[in-house]
Amino acid sequence: MKLLRQRETLLALVILASIAVIATRFPAFVTPHNLANVFNDTSPLILLAIGQMIVILTKCIDLSVAANLALTGMVAALMNGAGVPLPLILLTVVALGAVLGAVNGLLVWKVGIPSIVVTLGTMTIYRGVIFLMTDGKWVNAHEMTDAFKALPRHVILGLPVMGWVAIAMILIFAVVLTRTALGRAFYAVGGNPHAAVYAGIDVGRTQFWAFVISGALAGLTGYLWVARYAVAYVDVAGGFELDVVAACVIGGIAIAGGAGSIWGALLGALFLGVIKNALPVVGISPFWQMAISGTAIVLAVAFNAAQSRPKGRIILREASQ
Amino acid sequence: MQPVLRLRGISKSFPGVKALSDVQLDLYPGQVTALIGENGAGKSTIVKVLTGIYQPDAGTIEIDGRAARFPSADAAAQAGVTAIHQETVLFDELSVAENIWLGHAPRGRFGLINRAAMRDGARRLLDGIGAKIDPDARLGDLGIASRHMVAIARALSIEARVVILDEPTAALSHKEIQELYELVETLKAQGKAILFISHKFDEIFRIADRYTVFRDGQFVGEGAMAEVNEGQLVQMMVGRSVDQIFPVRDRNIGAPVLTVSGYSHPTEFADIGFTLHRGEILGFYGLVGAGRSEVMQALFGITTPSKGACKIAGQVRVIRSTAEAVEAGIVYVPEDRGRQGAVKGLPIFQNVTLPSLGAVSRAGFLRMADEFSLARDYTQRLDLRAAALDQDVGLLSGGNQQKVVIAKWLATKPRVIILDEPTKGIDIGSKAAVHAFMAELAAQGLAIIMVSSEIPEVLGMSDRVIVMREGRIVDEVAGDRMTPETLVRAAAGLAVAA
Amino acid sequence: MTTPAPPRLIPDRLHGRTTRALRSWEAILVAVAIAVFIANSFLSPYFLNAWNLSDATFNFTEKALIAFAMAMLIIAGEIDLSVASIIALASTAMGLAMTAGAGVPVIVATGIATGVICGAINGFLVAGLGLPSIVVTIGTMSLFRGVAFIVLGDQAFTGYPPGLAYFGQGYVWWVISFELVLFALCAVIYWALLHRTTFGRAVYAIGNNATAAQFSGIRVARVRFILFLLTGLMSGIAAVCLTSRLGSTRPSIATGWELEVVTMVVLGGVNILGGSGTIPGVVLAAIIMGLVTFGFGLLNVPGIVMSIFLGALLIGVIALPRLMRRK
Repeated sequence: MKLLRQRETLLALVILASIAVIATRFPAFVTPHNLANVFNDTSPLILLAIGQMIVILTKCIDLSVAANLALTGMVAALMNGAGVPLPLILLTVVALGAVLGAVNGLLVWKVGIPSIVVTLGTMTIYRGVIFLMTDGKWVNAHEMTDAFKALPRHVILGLPVMGWVAIAMILIFAVVLTRTALGRAFYAVGGNPHAAVYAGIDVGRTQFWAFVISGALAGLTGYLWVARYAVAYVDVAGGFELDVVAACVIGGIAIAGGAGSIWGALLGALFLGVIKNALPVVGISPFWQMAISGTAIVLAVAFNAAQSRPKGRIILREASQ
Repeated sequence: MQPVLRLRGISKSFPGVKALSDVQLDLYPGQVTALIGENGAGKSTIVKVLTGIYQPDAGTIEIDGRAARFPSADAAAQAGVTAIHQETVLFDELSVAENIWLGHAPRGRFGLINRAAMRDGARRLLDGIGAKIDPDARLGDLGIASRHMVAIARALSIEARVVILDEPTAALSHKEIQELYELVETLKAQGKAILFISHKFDEIFRIADRYTVFRDGQFVGEGAMAEVNEGQLVQMMVGRSVDQIFPVRDRNIGAPVLTVSGYSHPTEFADIGFTLHRGEILGFYGLVGAGRSEVMQALFGITTPSKGACKIAGQVRVIRSTAEAVEAGIVYVPEDRGRQGAVKGLPIFQNVTLPSLGAVSRAGFLRMADEFSLARDYTQRLDLRAAALDQDVGLLSGGNQQKVVIAKWLATKPRVIILDEPTKGIDIGSKAAVHAFMAELAAQGLAIIMVSSEIPEVLGMSDRVIVMREGRIVDEVAGDRMTPETLVRAAAGLAVAA
Repeated sequence: MTTPAPPRLIPDRLHGRTTRALRSWEAILVAVAIAVFIANSFLSPYFLNAWNLSDATFNFTEKALIAFAMAMLIIAGEIDLSVASIIALASTAMGLAMTAGAGVPVIVATGIATGVICGAINGFLVAGLGLPSIVVTIGTMSLFRGVAFIVLGDQAFTGYPPGLAYFGQGYVWWVISFELVLFALCAVIYWALLHRTTFGRAVYAIGNNATAAQFSGIRVARVRFILFLLTGLMSGIAAVCLTSRLGSTRPSIATGWELEVVTMVVLGGVNILGGSGTIPGVVLAAIIMGLVTFGFGLLNVPGIVMSIFLGALLIGVIALPRLMRRK
């Protein structure tokens, strides 16, 4: 299986090694139940990292994912309060998330504004809209129906539904990215935009679809997040967009586009998730988490750059042997 | 035999340059036609016309005797014309099979890409050209020769009838070149018409059946390889054109300014040594990819040589950055003007003063009046054509951008100026101005290195010519030996004619 | 007989000073600033009051200090997203210095020095190792604030010596605050640095084409390193002002400021892709953002609505010229 390339394998080994080290001192951490919890807890990060990874593949960045999540989550909570049936809510959040992503995508594609500026703007706008809808009020657990709250927490085969959703999305997008023309176009557009044009690929349109996917995943995550934590308010997942970008960077997704795999994004997210969940177990203050993930990002970037340094031209005959 | 592809009366002009003027070209099934000509003869323009990237101003294209038009790259591909370009750019992060099939991949169930079919198809195409490459390998992990093979396989994944190979061996090693020759034989056997563009005479004689020669955008002649020898081809190729007149120079060569000895680089060049004198123009001739620009960029501090020494005006200087090179009095006018030459987005006067900021400032503060006067001074000496000095340099023509770059360096009052393909792709008028100015500078005692692949220019301007091949100096030519034949033979690695 | 043609005279400038000024982005910003000012004075009777206006300046002065250095960094084609985290770390260092019994000068010096060190770390990673600045500074953004969290956890430093209060709360003369004077001073210094020095010229050259700048003898890595150093320095200075104004340090101090600073810079007409922009533009953008925030505040409009407005403004001002050009 060549599914896992070198950097993904290396990252997987780092994660396994740290779990192993923790296990020698705190066996409780590696019980299947606890590991399932860690995975479940990391699911929102995984879901958003999938979308972010696709956007980064196309040489863009989406800083609005957390705001998108908060807005769609709030809409889900409000719809639930208004008695809308759950399936319709699910459909709406995904569609709304996709529309919010499409707004980003259109501004990048049709207006030609750099994605970092577009999503910097829309992230504040989307959060602001939540405030306009609610006047800053919270939707609390007692204002949500039991069915609404129960779905992501419902345990199947030891793993809550939220975790299963993350697994399903990984599998779906693994297929999309490797087996569809659009999936390969994401790589082509980021890897070599000029050559992509020669291969008949529309760069802007491909970037647009990346934002739509990222938005739809953020919408889905919005419902899961709000239902699981049973609260919705303006600042839900504040600053989470940077964790998402961090997961991608640690997972070896090249910020310059065109390189990286969904397994990298998954492992990057898991790495952050394991650290977050392991710190309290091993008795280190959770306040260390931020500095550790920051260090991991810097190391990952340096590692990726060292791997992909361009080689010079080989002219000498003896050097080409 | 009826040609598959027949071009007649093709002309193509760009602002200031007539790239092609009434040229013709015939390609026959199962035959390799070599297109021969110097740089600037119009070879790459005709390739772009054939692949639908340029539209000709006049002329006809016929396929199997029927008129055809290639309004887009897609249309050319549909008509069965496919090209493998000099710089093969594909997608590093995709697999070999995906690079071959991107855009027209075989589909399976649910409209998903059928990876098995894709892999099998890729293997079949690669086997067909005798390339032992794993279709699942990541393209970025392959060497340059294998990447070429992938590009060829991609070209063949379209049902191609005409295959254009544009300098396919320029960057390949000896063994890889042998493999490519075998591939060309395979394609011939399949009845494809092949257009083979190369500067290397040995390979032209080895694999081509027919030849067509262009010179200065015009058709010079064609025929069967069997009926021609090297001398005749060189003659047709370089036959001195009458409209290029080089300035008469007072040769007044003085003391050594720059002495380079044993300059080496792990992969790019080895054992480079020469001496340059005041008032001298030293030409560097060689094929594209011979390592000339790499040597010059090492002298200019872009890269650092692994071995060797460089003496300027008798003093040993270690040059680790461009700033140190400029301090030492060595400046470089690059070949890649778009990326390395003028800073587009900055106005003309700021481009001119960029390396001389110390001279137009006091204590780090710029003096606008000094800046303008310096810029005015040097741009006028080069007869720059521009609306105003605060105009964005990106709005100027190629020739005028080149003048800005030269002006920028002269303003630093250098000892040595290196000009890398100084007149490539610029119009005749600017060309003559650049040549005249070079002569004037040499007369004033500046030492000049000129890297050029245009033989008339090298012979017309240089006092001495160093020929490079595969990263090494293979010959130094002066006086009576300065003939087109000597240069072409040395650069192509042929024996010196008796 | 023909006489040789005289050398062609190329005029220095295509347009006069007035035409250039009127066509500039800054002219639009001035118009917007005046419009906001007039709108505010009509909407609220409290607006046209010297003390209220003076209060309004605190909304932007600290961020603008960083924005000046950030503008140069973005013009050079880089970005620093760690500035707010540098504030957190510098403020924490000030708290540690205070705890160790240092006086006001040492506390201030500690804050500024911490900023410079953080800038040097970013500069080394980007200019020295050649890593992309956007991801590097996303990393150091977590790292710097992370260290502040390690030191402080959910605690806070309070009880700074009264002498420190001057930097964030003091007035130089009448309604003119120390921060406002510092803002004006830095505006002039950065204007001179970017628009009048050889260093500033190198910044523009690198932002337009770093390769060609290197091929013109510019020490590209050195310029980049200094720019990160300056951004760190300004973040350190901003940390001193903010700590002084708040009188305390929490690790969450200045959260989200990096995005506000970048917004200010882009609104000021600096091209996010590098190569163009001016300090006067950034000054005007800072003033507009301050006036809008303050005006909304007077009207009791919550801050988050104000951020919608700024987000839309950010996209709008960049989209508008692009859409107009297409016509």
